[in-house]
Amino acid sequence: MTAAEPLGTAEPLGAAADARAPLLEVRGLGKSYGSVRALSGVTASIGAGEVLCVLGDNGAGKSTLIKVLAGAHGHTEGTLLAHGVEQHFGSPRDALSLGIATVYQDLALVPLLPVWRNFFLGAEETVGRGPFRRLAVARMRVTTRDSLATLGITLRDVDQPIGTLSGGERQAVAIARAVHFGAKLVILDEPTSALGVTQAGLVLRYIARARDSGLGIVFITHNPHHAWAVGDRFLVLNRGTSLGEFARDGITVDELTRLMAGGEELDALGPVLGRPASAGDAR
Amino acid sequence: MTGLLRRPEVGAFVAAFGIFLYFSISTSAFLTPAGVATWLYSSSLFGIMAVAVALLMIGGEFDLSAGAMTGTTGLIVGIATTQWGLNVWLALVLALAAALLVGAFNAWLVTSTGLPSFIVTLATFFILQGLNLAVTKLLTGTVAIQGLGAVTGFDQARVLFGSSFPLFGMDVKISIVWWILLTALATWVLLRTRFGNWVFAVGGQAASARQVGVPVRRVKFGLFLTTAGAAWLVGMLQLFDVSTVQATTGIGQEFVYIICAVVGGCLLTGGFGSAIGASLGALIYGMALQGIVFAQWDSNWLKAFLGGMLLLAVLVNLWVRRQAGERS
Repeated sequence: MTAAEPLGTAEPLGAAADARAPLLEVRGLGKSYGSVRALSGVTASIGAGEVLCVLGDNGAGKSTLIKVLAGAHGHTEGTLLAHGVEQHFGSPRDALSLGIATVYQDLALVPLLPVWRNFFLGAEETVGRGPFRRLAVARMRVTTRDSLATLGITLRDVDQPIGTLSGGERQAVAIARAVHFGAKLVILDEPTSALGVTQAGLVLRYIARARDSGLGIVFITHNPHHAWAVGDRFLVLNRGTSLGEFARDGITVDELTRLMAGGEELDALGPVLGRPASAGDAR
Repeated sequence: MTGLLRRPEVGAFVAAFGIFLYFSISTSAFLTPAGVATWLYSSSLFGIMAVAVALLMIGGEFDLSAGAMTGTTGLIVGIATTQWGLNVWLALVLALAAALLVGAFNAWLVTSTGLPSFIVTLATFFILQGLNLAVTKLLTGTVAIQGLGAVTGFDQARVLFGSSFPLFGMDVKISIVWWILLTALATWVLLRTRFGNWVFAVGGQAASARQVGVPVRRVKFGLFLTTAGAAWLVGMLQLFDVSTVQATTGIGQEFVYIICAVVGGCLLTGGFGSAIGASLGALIYGMALQGIVFAQWDSNWLKAFLGGMLLLAVLVNLWVRRQAGERS
């Protein structure tokens, strides 16, 4: 193994993954906004209990890819298959109905609201009928506590405002919420980028826990080390095109970093950025 | 800390108890049955509005037109019955419809333009204030409507809005019953229904609420209509208590309602507060209003007291938000 090679040419991904239809698969996926081609040539797949990391610098096309996978924007090139069936999403609802949920960076949480109220916001469980229809408070509290426990979070109190939780914990609440409401595949939009080292580590641990419980995860990040910590496969984007999908044993973290940073472009920058040897003599 | 965070009304409860003790000890009239009935009645009128305004504030909006609207509804019933000879019940419905229309207008303007409700309802406040005076003068030639007692059916409607009954030696006015019932209802709606959950979410972080499917616009409409309905109720309670109505009724009270809500723990930025807290805020105001009279102080002290309470409450609220917002 000399250099990172795109999947399918040098390292066909294990036959095990093909045994069952992947949760989500894209082939030659692309998206144009009018005449602007924001994304092209993306091929990747993601099965249950797997983590696909999508890496790329700013403007590499990560957010466009999220929007297509989440159903916010329909794709304009290639094919998208969910559970082996070709799909063309018209709205996030289409993606959600197939068990594909997206957790955005802002997490869609209300800081002052208790944890359990946030967990069920917009989909509250009720008992009773007519004017006596009321929130099933006790049941929702228990469900929230149990769902969080699956990710390894034990809260003292699900009644505390969610704003008092740490950034990592809030991320976990958002993931647990998606899973509870039927997600089989969760797309995480840069869940570690706004966090410090400790909190980011916590989020990576939650991702691993969610993966082990059988969830498929698309983990979008620009940090190759975070990706390496939990990823099974790595999709590298650069300037709107895919540089390939790599299996974990087909690439090293250094190669990933180099690839992401633009590889040759960075090498070419070396001499330019280096201190001129004769800087002092010029005077 | 988190215990206190969850109880917005704790501060108001402590303050209400303190004020109750103070006036009970320092004046002889405050704790007599007649005295208690007086400050409870006074509190009830502010309390009903403060509860509605608190719900709206938790939902992230203001309604400055609420005070003037209590006057408008009273005037509509007064003019419709004494000038046009309309049936009292019909006049009541007409006034309610007018109030709801103004509430819907406020809601529509706020939700469709995205303008701050402070400005929108400040405008409707002045429009109503002007209309109350100008239209009343135009139709009746005076700025007060009297003689409602002679209107047929007045006594029937009075049972609902202006009656009283004896209890523990007190002459308890019916508005106190309305106040307690509405506070209980508002508390139940806020804490135990989906709508209540949405009110907190819409005021706390509207964008997040929208993302998870909360009908933000509908919630705001519901809240503006609630304050309008409460303004109608208070208008009726005042009208049927004294059977006269001034064109200036309610002017200047919009801020008292907001102050009661804030003293009761509502955040000005929305997303936090309670109906019980707003009621306690109104109780504080009502007790101070009557207590100052009983103590035979210059009544001008009331405004200074109100300002002080507000300042204190806002500082407590600020601390609350810092605690919750620390990590967000």
